[in-house]
Amino acid sequence: MSEKKGWKELMRGSDLPPASSLEYKTGSWRTLRPVWDPEKCTHCMFCVAYCPDMAIPVKVTEEGVKGFGARIYKGTVRLETNFDYCKGCGICAQECPTHAIEMIREEEAVKGSK
Amino acid sequence: MSTWKALTGAQAVAEAMRQANPDVVAAYPITPQTPIVEQFASFVANGIVDTEMIPVESEHSAMSCTVGAAAAGARAMCATASQGLALMWEVVAAVPGLRLPIVMPIVNRALSAPINIHCDHSDAMGATTIGWIQIYSENAQEAYENTLLAIRLAEHKDVLLPVMVMQDGFIISHGVENVEVFDDEAVKNFVGERKPDRYLLDVDHPYTIGPLALPDYYFEIKRQQEAAMENALKVYLEVGKELSKISGHDYPYFEEYKTEDAEAVIVILSSAAGTAKDAVDELRNEGKKVGLVKPKLFRPFPYREMRKALEKFKAIGVLDRSMAFGAYAPLYTEVRNALFESENRPKLQSYIFGLGGKDIFKSDIKKVFDELLSGNLNPEEQRYIRLRG
Repeated sequence: MSEKKGWKELMRGSDLPPASSLEYKTGSWRTLRPVWDPEKCTHCMFCVAYCPDMAIPVKVTEEGVKGFGARIYKGTVRLETNFDYCKGCGICAQECPTHAIEMIREEEAVKGSK
Repeated sequence: MSTWKALTGAQAVAEAMRQANPDVVAAYPITPQTPIVEQFASFVANGIVDTEMIPVESEHSAMSCTVGAAAAGARAMCATASQGLALMWEVVAAVPGLRLPIVMPIVNRALSAPINIHCDHSDAMGATTIGWIQIYSENAQEAYENTLLAIRLAEHKDVLLPVMVMQDGFIISHGVENVEVFDDEAVKNFVGERKPDRYLLDVDHPYTIGPLALPDYYFEIKRQQEAAMENALKVYLEVGKELSKISGHDYPYFEEYKTEDAEAVIVILSSAAGTAKDAVDELRNEGKKVGLVKPKLFRPFPYREMRKALEKFKAIGVLDRSMAFGAYAPLYTEVRNALFESENRPKLQSYIFGLGGKDIFKSDIKKVFDELLSGNLNPEEQRYIRLRG
């Protein structure tokens, strides 16, 4: 978060402007990271619907994306998890019918990316 | 035009609520508060007010409902006493931080244990450190007027804090008095409509209320609350002046009774001040220089004004109707605090009286004055009135 406001500048009480939770990046709470394998994904949207933090973005595509069974999936498809907000709860991995999401320890993910 | 009505203290407060016509009242019956909401419920049932009355399953729900309604933008009221206040405590403590201008009449009753339904101030005195404004009333008339004043005070843009308006259980709440009820139109104009600068049902201007605030913001939000309390001292007098135009009465922080040339005074809250004034009258007739100070606004506490009023006396007895167990009694603590900055500190004496509804008589008050005039005082000792040894 940016510079913190003093008590005279804050809104009255604990009131906050709308959509300000976007500024609060809860991704730093994560100890487990969902690793998504697009090649196993059917874009069924289960993970999107179940995610308690709406941390899985979607888009609409005409040309489609390649997924499970090397098929092309058109229409609404999921994208990579938004790690600014994903707390690593693992619900997406639990619900995924094709086991396209694997939870790994965050430190392993960080090591692997180096 | 005002009318005189034979009303109990509880009914007098219900009259104030009728005139203010709140949008929402949520409450649960508890002795001796019950007749307030009972009377008000009859106004609702008879179509005299258009309030949404929500009978709930507990006081915790009563205050939760009131909070929800107030956050939505409504003028929302509740009323309770003793165990009811205790049960709703979790929500009561959240209201000042949410800055919701809820007015809640309290009919003071002793807290359990032992279980007791009669008057003392242990319920409200437990709620003096959480940010509610507190006004104490001597009789039904004051309870009525203080409720009207409280609505304007709570909803003032520089305050926006909840207010408890106290009256003594049974002694006032169930005793019938001749009460002057002011003209409906005049009161309606005085209290007006609540005009919140923002409210949750205003969907075009969304905002968040009651979020988590950790060490990075909690402290700052609480400091705002203190600033609102400081403002309340000023606004109380301003709103009081406006109400004076209707009532013809004054609304000072505290009432001074026959203190002009007094040497010994007692400081006492609520209904017992009435008894004490009679004792003062009789002692004055005997030529004794005695007087009385009755605080009305207890939170925020007017320390500076209280010091200026009290430092001219020789001896002061402070009579508390509750104890703080292991600490000086609540009213005594504040009087002592107020006088610390004084160059001529009077001699002080703390007295406890009337717990669990034990009566206090003129003779008891006279004994206190005798002690104050004799100089046999120990400011570090707590004395007890009518306690069996």
